[in-house]
Amino acid sequence: MFTSKMAAECQRVDRSSHSMDKSITLPADEIFRNLENAKRFAIDIGGSLTKLAYYSTVQHKVAKVRSFDHTAKETEGEPLYEISMQEEVTARLHFIKFENAYIETCLDFIKDHLVNTETKVIKATGGGAHKFKDLIEKKLKLRVDKEDEMTCLIKGCNFVLRNIPHEAFVYVKHADSEFRFQNTHPDIFPYLLINIGSGVSIVKVESEDKFERVGGSSIGGGTFWGLGALLTKTKRFDELLQLASKGQHTSVDMLVKDIYGGSYGSLGLTGDLIASSFGKSATADNEFSKEDMAKSLLHMISNDIGQLACLYARLHNLTRVYFGGFFIRGHPVTMHTITYSINFFTKGEVQALFLRHEGYLGTIGAFLKGAEEDTPPMLPHSLGTTALSHPRFDPNQYSWGENYAGSSGLMSVSPDLNPMQRTRSGTFPFDMLEMDRLERQLVNLPLLQDPSSYIPDTVDLSEDALAREYWLYCFEEALDGVVKRAVASQPDLPEAAERAEKFRHKYRHKLQTLRQQPFAYGSLTVRSLLDTREHCLNEFNFPDPYSKIKQRENDIALKYFQKAIKSLEELSWEQRQFALVRGLLAGNVFDWGAKAVSDVLESDPEFGFEQAKRQLEERPWLVDAYDQWLERLKGPPHKCALFFVDNSGIDIILGVFPFIRELLCRGTEVVLASNSSPALNDVTNSELQILTQRIAAMDLVIQSAVKEDRLTLVQSGSSSPCLDLSRLDKELAGVVRERHTDLVVIEGMGRAIHTNYYAMLSCESLKMAVIKNSWLADRLGGKLFSVVFKYEVPPSHKTTTQDHVPGTPS
Amino acid sequence: MEQLNGHQGENESLDTEDEDEAVQPPLKQSRSKNDICNNFRVDSCGKTEATSTTTGGGSVIDERRTSNSTCRQRLDSLRKNRPPFPWFGMDIGGTLVKLVYFEPKDITAEEEQEEVENLKSIRRYLTSNTAYGKTGIRDVHLELKDLTLCGRTGNLHFIRFPTQDLPAFLQMARNKHFSSLHTTLCATGGGAYKFESDFRQMADLQLLKLDELDCLISGVLYIDSAVSSPSECYYYENPTDPEHCVQKPFTLENPYPLLLVNIGSGVSILAVYSKNNYKRVTGTSLGGGTFLGLCCLLTGCSSFEEALQMASQGESTRVDKLVRDIYGGDYERFGLPGWAVASSFGNMMCKEKRESISKEDLARATLVSITNNIGSITRMVALNENIERVVFVGNFLRVNTLSMKLLSYAMDYWSHGQLKALFLRHEGYFGAVGALLELLNPS
Repeated sequence: MFTSKMAAECQRVDRSSHSMDKSITLPADEIFRNLENAKRFAIDIGGSLTKLAYYSTVQHKVAKVRSFDHTAKETEGEPLYEISMQEEVTARLHFIKFENAYIETCLDFIKDHLVNTETKVIKATGGGAHKFKDLIEKKLKLRVDKEDEMTCLIKGCNFVLRNIPHEAFVYVKHADSEFRFQNTHPDIFPYLLINIGSGVSIVKVESEDKFERVGGSSIGGGTFWGLGALLTKTKRFDELLQLASKGQHTSVDMLVKDIYGGSYGSLGLTGDLIASSFGKSATADNEFSKEDMAKSLLHMISNDIGQLACLYARLHNLTRVYFGGFFIRGHPVTMHTITYSINFFTKGEVQALFLRHEGYLGTIGAFLKGAEEDTPPMLPHSLGTTALSHPRFDPNQYSWGENYAGSSGLMSVSPDLNPMQRTRSGTFPFDMLEMDRLERQLVNLPLLQDPSSYIPDTVDLSEDALAREYWLYCFEEALDGVVKRAVASQPDLPEAAERAEKFRHKYRHKLQTLRQQPFAYGSLTVRSLLDTREHCLNEFNFPDPYSKIKQRENDIALKYFQKAIKSLEELSWEQRQFALVRGLLAGNVFDWGAKAVSDVLESDPEFGFEQAKRQLEERPWLVDAYDQWLERLKGPPHKCALFFVDNSGIDIILGVFPFIRELLCRGTEVVLASNSSPALNDVTNSELQILTQRIAAMDLVIQSAVKEDRLTLVQSGSSSPCLDLSRLDKELAGVVRERHTDLVVIEGMGRAIHTNYYAMLSCESLKMAVIKNSWLADRLGGKLFSVVFKYEVPPSHKTTTQDHVPGTPS
Repeated sequence: MEQLNGHQGENESLDTEDEDEAVQPPLKQSRSKNDICNNFRVDSCGKTEATSTTTGGGSVIDERRTSNSTCRQRLDSLRKNRPPFPWFGMDIGGTLVKLVYFEPKDITAEEEQEEVENLKSIRRYLTSNTAYGKTGIRDVHLELKDLTLCGRTGNLHFIRFPTQDLPAFLQMARNKHFSSLHTTLCATGGGAYKFESDFRQMADLQLLKLDELDCLISGVLYIDSAVSSPSECYYYENPTDPEHCVQKPFTLENPYPLLLVNIGSGVSILAVYSKNNYKRVTGTSLGGGTFLGLCCLLTGCSSFEEALQMASQGESTRVDKLVRDIYGGDYERFGLPGWAVASSFGNMMCKEKRESISKEDLARATLVSITNNIGSITRMVALNENIERVVFVGNFLRVNTLSMKLLSYAMDYWSHGQLKALFLRHEGYFGAVGALLELLNPS
């Protein structure tokens, strides 16, 4: 604590000095979005920044599929299901950060746009809350309810750590990518939070509700600011930091070499170490430059805090240490000096961790506090049933996802910008974070070998400049096609073209931002690029641009299903096994998401299943474990296979279904996991329900499997073309556990190559994909349509599978 | 002596080793100190016979229980190995040079005649003055009289001057033909390394360079055992009650394990497990040099005494932001008292407040924040190392009752009475004493 209250008091001066121009008009579609439905407010007013939070509901168009009545005889030319666009209401948390100078404008804006009148209270925290209390109460007609700053901070910290992958990062100043994002550890506790406000608070957090301020220090951001102002006559914190970044501390500090003439060898202290901060100003009569003094002061304070942090971390035996507070807030200089200090004092045993949304912790916490106390004002009824089963609106009951479309990236507002320059530009800088409530609670796949070291993404584009360049280019190139398809998906809506242009603008802007700041949303990956695109499409009401294509492809493929099964059954056992795998791979060639394929498909619609098979690489494949797989098939059947499916149409119907049909025949139960909401042409859970019914109607094996519950469909909880095995539907995890799943099949480029290629599972796994991108193929040492067929058996499980009694019914 | 703290470097080796050895005190120092210990016994023995003034603590007496005959035997053998006069020990720190000089008082007529003129003049110069040049000072109140060292009885003098005046000192040594005495000049502190060539070139003197932490520890242990009245070690009783806070003598018998915090320009924190088993746990660059350096910049003062004088008249609460300034009182949620400093110099973020404070307030705030910071790092190290006894030494504490009381308070309050802050009268001279001991009893 000690964060911002005093800073807020001092801000009075600053406030008047650049108080804002009333003529600023706020762009309503950019800031304070969805205010009409805003229901609960929280505000965190710090020394210079105000952070506002509210809960709102967002109306979205969603594509729904509904099966036609199947009691009637199949009619030639009739699609098997209908697609309809419906309005759905989803819950979203909005967080906005802006300078205190604009607080009045913002409050006016909120007052003008707020429709909902149920809200009576605004939760407030931060040092400046009391100062603006009257203003807030007057403007918004809401009662200000103060919350403890530290409690809010911790609550907020827990929330972001739990819900935002790549929230925490390590800062490496001179590295190719300065930000090294950390994987979300399945268990976020215990950790140490070092909050550097005016003073320093050191808090040990052991669980959601259990935390303790174990220590602190009075030498903090206020010391840097106050002492810095005295020494350099520079008033603003940011300016002091700028001075410091230009200074040389060695002219002010007494170094080891100033005393020893060199290093102090027997203790291993190098000559450049600071022996005494400001030691030279005690003995030399020199004039010292402002820059040098500021730098020396920065080193002194950062080192001191780093040392204390290490001592506390050691005493409490903690290795995860997060830093926050206005001293840190996005300032590369302080992140660097703190990191340096921590490395020095712990020899790298403890890493200084920073948070992408550090500035929002207080307001998130205050918001959550309010939400916990309230009974739900009104729950969106079109939401999934799980959402309604909780009598209280407790955000911790849900999983939340960062919305890349509505969130500003890290460093979107550079702290180095001169505030005076900013005011002149007509609007003012703000930073946003939007979190969507996910319909399902997300958990780890129980079959991950080591959840704490699992990294979904195969290539981190923030660290691989060449790959980054390629993929950014690739996504930019593909944008025209995506826009075209989006418009085509809504032929009845005349404004679709306009919306699609907005989408284009937004996504292109995101790509440009990512080109400059690959770290904006955590590690840049193919997955994050794809997800960002999906978020942007949704933002402009293009929930499922592929719905019609999927429908058509499903229709075509279904017609071939029986024929395909028949020809497979004519083969010998061994021939059949190979044909099944080839069929699966050939089916996977049909992927509208990949450019090379969509080109062929769009120019030649007759491109058929058989032709696809001919496109496939001949064995030996690029990665070829088929022989081992075949050997395995000669052994006892698997108990239960979890299959992460990929595309609609030929892939799912002619590739996956025959394959799992064979598994079912062997006595293996099958769980098909598909996306909860649309992404590209991937088959969604609701589409798969209909497809399964239709296939069951014409195939007895599938029919009995469905009937006997040996074939189960589950949602993955995802709406991404890629797959993060650490964020899967809780129900899926339950089914996997109940059925003693011992085989996981992951199919397709997005799920098995871009992600999970290196994922280690605790049971047998198959990863299959056709490389449909020549650049990627090249990278992997193959060529277009090269095949990856990875069959992996965890070492410890080899014996247990041997022990299996063949054909044991479950 | 100078304290070095680890900052801004990547290769300090001691700290990592510490972690694995929390339970079993490590034997970091391979050098054996046994010779020195034996010799101490002999010295003490001789002293008991000669002056009968030693009353020391139990352990010291035990050590002295040596038969008279053995005693004489050793004395004789020692006489042959005894180095020639003059006996100096020197500690050249970042800010101050500390010099200890043993003035023999048992010079026989025979010796008097043999004594060369140069030596006589040095002895007279040092012992008849209390100030040398503009900046050299002899701390007369610290002088140890009738001390027996290596079979000789005499007085131990404590002299200091700023490191920046070292050239003047070397000039004097040259003028007085110091090099003609063929003595070994034992020196420790960083300056022993930094100025080694200056000693050779300017004064034709060859330094015997000694490790400063070794010297510090042997100096502390020797002085504490050799001095009995007034007691070398003391503490403040009732540190949390200003009305009844008084200095009390303390007997440092069986002192191990012991945290030794040496506050010079910077700070070194040592965990001492026995005479020859210690480790440097950590250090901080926020030390005496920081206090003086910041005071010079903030107030325009030019000496430590001046800075302390100002600090004694100032009010730090006008400069610092206290817990009560933020919360109106105690911050009960976290058990923080309202008087605790929340942010050092925190009030100085505001322009109006910057304009309303005095130089004295700034000096006081600087002193308080540096002292409290040393206190809190020390307390954390004590907890991590599981040591309850803390001895603060170093020249930062010279005439600095304010800091000593603050440290006593901080140790007591934040540890709920678990930790005791101890101080030694010869604050900053232990390194120099250790250097002198090396001259007499080379290890």
